[in-house]
Amino acid sequence: MNIEGILAQLTEMLLALVAAPLLMGWVNMCRAWLQNRRAPPLWQPFFLLHKLFLKEPVIAHNAGPIFRTAPYVVFGCMLLACAIIPTISTNLPLAPAADAIALVGLFGLARLFISLAAMDIGTSFGSLGARREMLVGFLAEPALLMVLFTISLIASSTSLATIVSHLSGSEFTILPSLAFAGVAFTMVSLAENARVPIDNPATHLELTMIHEALILEYSGRHLALIEWAAALKLFAYSCAGLALFFPWGVAAASDHVALLFALPVLLGKLAIGGFLLALIETVSAKMRIFRAPEFLATAFLLGVLALLVHLLLGA
Amino acid sequence: MSAMTGQIVNLFAAILLLIAFAMLSQRRILSLINLFALQGLALVGSTLTVAFATGQKHLLYSAAITFVLKVIVLPYILHRLIRRLNVKWDIETLINIPTMMLVGIGLVVFAFNLALPISHFSSSVARGTLGIALACVLLSFLMMITRSKAVPQVIGFLAMENGLFFAATSATYGMPMVVELGIALDVLVGMVILGVFMFQIREQFDSLDIHHLEKLKED
Repeated sequence: MNIEGILAQLTEMLLALVAAPLLMGWVNMCRAWLQNRRAPPLWQPFFLLHKLFLKEPVIAHNAGPIFRTAPYVVFGCMLLACAIIPTISTNLPLAPAADAIALVGLFGLARLFISLAAMDIGTSFGSLGARREMLVGFLAEPALLMVLFTISLIASSTSLATIVSHLSGSEFTILPSLAFAGVAFTMVSLAENARVPIDNPATHLELTMIHEALILEYSGRHLALIEWAAALKLFAYSCAGLALFFPWGVAAASDHVALLFALPVLLGKLAIGGFLLALIETVSAKMRIFRAPEFLATAFLLGVLALLVHLLLGA
Repeated sequence: MSAMTGQIVNLFAAILLLIAFAMLSQRRILSLINLFALQGLALVGSTLTVAFATGQKHLLYSAAITFVLKVIVLPYILHRLIRRLNVKWDIETLINIPTMMLVGIGLVVFAFNLALPISHFSSSVARGTLGIALACVLLSFLMMITRSKAVPQVIGFLAMENGLFFAATSATYGMPMVVELGIALDVLVGMVILGVFMFQIREQFDSLDIHHLEKLKED
């Protein structure tokens, strides 16, 4: 641990906090353009957060302590997840704290808390959303683990920083297993971030919503924290995908020049990724909830195939 | 023969496997045909890669034959067939796709294990892909078993031939030209005969469901 590492770590966390709502705004902008609507400004999510932070939270009479603490836990989990994913530098003091498998655990912890909080309040929507969230979660987690196992096998390490420096350091090779893993990871990210084939982030229609049903009872700063955490989760998943499958441009441990270029490269990659996400959301329709297991089973299958292909071809 | 060639062939092999799984889970007949054409295209790509890497002239010819036959002619015939049979927008009810996928994974593991000792004898650049070719063949078999309509079964049959062809080019640098021409002709003629056959089935039973063929005589 040195001063450089701490600086890089702080920069990365600050970047995540600022860039996550911007990414959300960018995706919304692209989607509006693709649907021939006038786009809201890029910083619209900041306006939303600002408004929510100023409002007084209203809490139901029968809300327990879990309901009050859940937003902070979820926000903390997502911020930590963003902190351990190498976005601009692989020299991160926090990276040894959690490896790729613990990252899945972090997401799982956040999911557990938000589901418990939704059930805590006792409304039917809350428990409906919680059950759906758990259904999607328990199907998405093994698929995500399979993807991470494959990449860990390739880099022979489960530490994210080591994986990224291994992948970006070695000379250009085509790895078919990574292609499978990339498709599987995209599918899992869509499901986990409540995006279109599984859930529609813009809907409040009671029959279809998952994520919105969970947070229906939240207001004020609690809601702001949860919205921010959702943006951070999208940011974490995008950055993890970029770091694992397009690791070029991430600065190595003692490379000062690369550090300067890392930020614009990352922003460029995120802009392209956000546009592709909006494109996927525009061209595909939301699935019935009972088709979700099929979708995620396919992701799991691709993860397993990636593992098998890696073992067979050694690539 | 560089390491890069092997990697490109491996990539095409992975794409073939991916398309085989996509075909297994595809409900729409129209998309099935497009996937079949795409698989043919991946096959052409891998054949061309091997041809340029090894400098074998006849592989170029076979790539050309594959392109004409499997990317243009057969999909065109199939498209016309489903238009004339009026099954273009048909959606087949497949039971339990996740289970079928799991069976498919089992088949892939089986094929990889089976091919592992064989590929040790091969000196070809892409000997690891033999397992993938075998897996493609088995997955096409699975597709033929699980489908009940006639057109998807025919597509399964054609996809199986794709897998065999891929095994031939990647493991042994292709079959002799005579054999290849014979197979190409066989597939084409088979397609024509099966097309006629499908019209007959529909005329007899008013549907393309081959379960009607299980009864030998009318009650």
